[in-house]
Amino acid sequence: MPSVMKVAVIQFPGSNCDTDCQAALASFDGVKAEIVWHKETSLAGYDAIVLPGGFSYGDYLRCGSIARFSPIMGAVRAAADAGVLVIGICNGFQILCEAGLLPGTLMRNKGLLFRCENLHLRVENNDSPFTSAMTNGQVLEIPIAHGEGSFVADEETLNQLNANNQILVRYCDANGNVSPEANPNGSLENIAGICSHGRNVFGLMPHPERVCDHLLGGTDGRGIFQSMIEAVQKTKAK
Amino acid sequence: MSNPAITPELIAKHGLSPDEYEKVLSILGREPSFEELGVFSVMWSEHCSYKNSRPELRKFPTTGPSVLVKAGEENAGVIDIGDGWAVAFKIESHNHPSAVEPFQGAATGVGGIIRDIFTMGARPVFLMDSLRFGSIEGDSEQAKTNRRLFAGVVAGIAHYGNCIGLPTVAGEVYFDESYSGNPLVNAFCLGILRHEQIARGAAEGVGNPVFYVGAETGRDGLAGAAFASRELTEESKADRPAVQVGDPFREKLLLEACLELLATDAVAGIQDMGAAGLTCSTCETASRGGTGVEIDIQLVPQRAKGQTPYEVLLSESQERMLVIVKKGQEDVVKRIFEKWDLPYAEIGTVTDDGMMRVRNGKDVVVEIPARSLADDGPLYFREAAPFTPPAPLDLSTVPQADPSAVLPKLLSHPSIASKRWVWRQYDHMVRTGTAVLPGSDAAVFIVREANKILAAATDCNAVYCRLDPTVGARIAVAECARNLACSGAVPLGVTDNLNFGNPHKPENFYQLRAAVEGISEGCRAFNVPVTGGNVSLYNESPAGAIDPTPTISMVGRIDEAAHITTQSFKEAGDQIFLIGETGSELGASHYLLAIHGRKEGAPPALDFEKEKAIHAALLGVIRKGLVRSAHDCSEGGLAVTLAESCFGNGLGASIDLGAGDQRPDVVLFNETQGRIVISVKAADVTSLEKELAVTGVPFRKIGEVTAKADLAIKTGANSYSWSVDSLNESFEGAIPSLMEG
Amino acid sequence: MKAVVTVMPKPAILDPAGVAAGRAMEHLGLKGVRSVRIGKSIEIEVDGADEKRLHEICHDLLSNPVVEDYKLEILS
Repeated sequence: MPSVMKVAVIQFPGSNCDTDCQAALASFDGVKAEIVWHKETSLAGYDAIVLPGGFSYGDYLRCGSIARFSPIMGAVRAAADAGVLVIGICNGFQILCEAGLLPGTLMRNKGLLFRCENLHLRVENNDSPFTSAMTNGQVLEIPIAHGEGSFVADEETLNQLNANNQILVRYCDANGNVSPEANPNGSLENIAGICSHGRNVFGLMPHPERVCDHLLGGTDGRGIFQSMIEAVQKTKAK
Repeated sequence: MSNPAITPELIAKHGLSPDEYEKVLSILGREPSFEELGVFSVMWSEHCSYKNSRPELRKFPTTGPSVLVKAGEENAGVIDIGDGWAVAFKIESHNHPSAVEPFQGAATGVGGIIRDIFTMGARPVFLMDSLRFGSIEGDSEQAKTNRRLFAGVVAGIAHYGNCIGLPTVAGEVYFDESYSGNPLVNAFCLGILRHEQIARGAAEGVGNPVFYVGAETGRDGLAGAAFASRELTEESKADRPAVQVGDPFREKLLLEACLELLATDAVAGIQDMGAAGLTCSTCETASRGGTGVEIDIQLVPQRAKGQTPYEVLLSESQERMLVIVKKGQEDVVKRIFEKWDLPYAEIGTVTDDGMMRVRNGKDVVVEIPARSLADDGPLYFREAAPFTPPAPLDLSTVPQADPSAVLPKLLSHPSIASKRWVWRQYDHMVRTGTAVLPGSDAAVFIVREANKILAAATDCNAVYCRLDPTVGARIAVAECARNLACSGAVPLGVTDNLNFGNPHKPENFYQLRAAVEGISEGCRAFNVPVTGGNVSLYNESPAGAIDPTPTISMVGRIDEAAHITTQSFKEAGDQIFLIGETGSELGASHYLLAIHGRKEGAPPALDFEKEKAIHAALLGVIRKGLVRSAHDCSEGGLAVTLAESCFGNGLGASIDLGAGDQRPDVVLFNETQGRIVISVKAADVTSLEKELAVTGVPFRKIGEVTAKADLAIKTGANSYSWSVDSLNESFEGAIPSLMEG
Repeated sequence: MKAVVTVMPKPAILDPAGVAAGRAMEHLGLKGVRSVRIGKSIEIEVDGADEKRLHEICHDLLSNPVVEDYKLEILS
């Protein structure tokens, strides 16, 4: 099988979903996922970049606040500017926000406690390299595992996110209703994941890499990675 | 700074008896230095030396064809799981530190057990916890304290496990007055490794450099090991500044760095600095290696200024390891620990004189024969009180409660109720191997790198153990094995955590001895070795000793993914069978405890031969693909089991337990052992009956799964029906409403 | 009454957050970082409370006396 996509999974000190992301990606034909240590400074040759979950630098000061200064982040920013796909999952989302690659920030959960459980997400917009393999309104069952996942942004930012269709997934119930009861952490407008204005940077709190295998509770996470693969293939075909 | 003179008061303050001090004098041939007194004190504490329990622990079966590292040899036992892969696992208590500071006490307990596992060269893959607290119900000050302890312990476990990235996949939590003021926090970790990766904690090779790696030493948990071996008193609250703070981020780095280092050829020996820190790790590695170790305190990375040699030696700072490096390979350590931004220092060498020698620059402050410290500690044969078996329960004294009201009440009893509030705070899915979520009989975890499916369960019904420790311990082993069987697994090995009161009291010592004997019988019956564990004595509060709690954790293997079985009913129309007898034993039951407020009677009998036959029969039909769900009967009896199987998929059950003149409360809530409720497709009933008939185990069809979400049970002339939704509300709502109000 | 409560980890206690932040400062080129301790600052406005009661609240609720010290400043 020829390589269709080469992915860098960034390993920060304290990352702990790095090998999970690597394994999930490796379950797709032709995808090569490599762990890249945060002290590296180049990401040349990678088609996509994953900032995995975990507790980078212990998340002690603020989640993602120290990792954004890691040497590798210069290369991540350059790649993002050049249109390379960048996905930040959980702690990766927090790092992208701290680094200013995505707007807004993630605050402590409304209920104050860490929450790990399977939840439902509604695909809000499939016009992105991360959601194109799914349909608008599709309901996914994907787990969360975070203590600080409450998405917060000022009104203007929120208006822009809505206006530009940057909100890609929202927390919902099993039937796809976006309701306060389905909001696990107090996120504004049940926001679970957003993309950048250029649509090539995506951050989400839920963990799609955990639901890529029937034996591990489902395959609803595969659509996100499948979308990325298709987007990269399309770019390469051009 | 000058050291205090060695006075009888100082010796007593170090927890050494006059006889023990005489032994110190004869080993040294002179008066010990202040530092040496501290070293003897921690090394000869119960926590490090097992001086009160060792003669009992020798009764455990510890060998077997699959045992690669035996109990007691190293930090954790190692068991072969085939294809060149092995597992290292162990459970350890952090009870006293958690009583003083629940969050940090529990967090550092998790950190300590994880270090025990990666010290063996294994990559940790999952965690479990066994927790006990006093009652959390009501408005009393005691209940408020217990709620604070419970919340703090759970948050501490979550903090450490989530941050380091290990899933907490199973566990147990019980609430009982006997744990008021003395909670139990037993943490379990399992790791995976190749046979050739097993690392040893021995100081091999005279002349090899000794490295200190990991976090700097501060004045943390000074003399914590000695502290853990004393009763909790009002005074020990003054010990508070002794609490150590865990840093899971540092431990994550230490874990990765150590595994990277162990994958090279540079390491001759490795040992974590657990209780008694630098002291214990130096003398244990020297003792195991048959060598000596000499270190210089001044070379140890230190966090605080002006620490005395005594403080550095006895500090319990977390996230540190001692590594014996092969001479000439020092640069490998340097490269790896600089990569991970962790402190490291060469602090000494392996010597050939068998001494643990500690220098403070030029001055020698400790010089003790390492072997005598680690191996020649005091050993006590304590007196066990004669045992009076509990009087069998006189049923005529138990008023018949209405089962309609009893079932929801039992389901909302905190010990039986859903622990979702607990495990939702733990990341139980990281490492993407969790095939069965917490809340089932056993955790099932797929170890990706080894392509193996493991199952694990942890159990102990301390009410049984209080009333008859031998029977209670037997049941703890059997229930673990039964939980594994329900998930489709065969047992591989056991680790135990013996939590008891002060062993100087003969009634407590009897409990310890009886429990060890019960566990040994159980392990022999199931043909599984005890691979190690932990003893925690002196679990007493001003109100008295805890109920004896010999926690059993059992690890098993599932051969094929298709054999993974869960407890929830799957589809309407499936037929429900009970394997085992209907039962009648109400003594020591949770019905008696929760509904009638009585902790009495004889615990249910346990027949290992019957039990084994039932597990084998169940596994046989699981492997034939006939079983859609399996769930064993434990606290709360058959009715609770049936209700729990209805939860999860929004189904109900229609049950007929047949004619009979037994009291309905006895039929529904007795805790007779060796019972499993399974469901099968209607089309498979004939095959199932045929298969089970051959095994000779008792079984019968008791009903079917219904689309209507009601649990309806008929027994004799009585019929009961509950809405599954409302039962589920009792079950799920109990702990959140107590904790969040 | 207005008050500010500063809660800090006790001097002898390890402060993992402070250690991590200190190392990050060094990585960003700040030389000679000797110690970083991270605590909390809590602003309180309350009617009719006496200082003794506030101290009790600081001790029992706002700080964890096992691992933290607090400082109470009455502003007005």
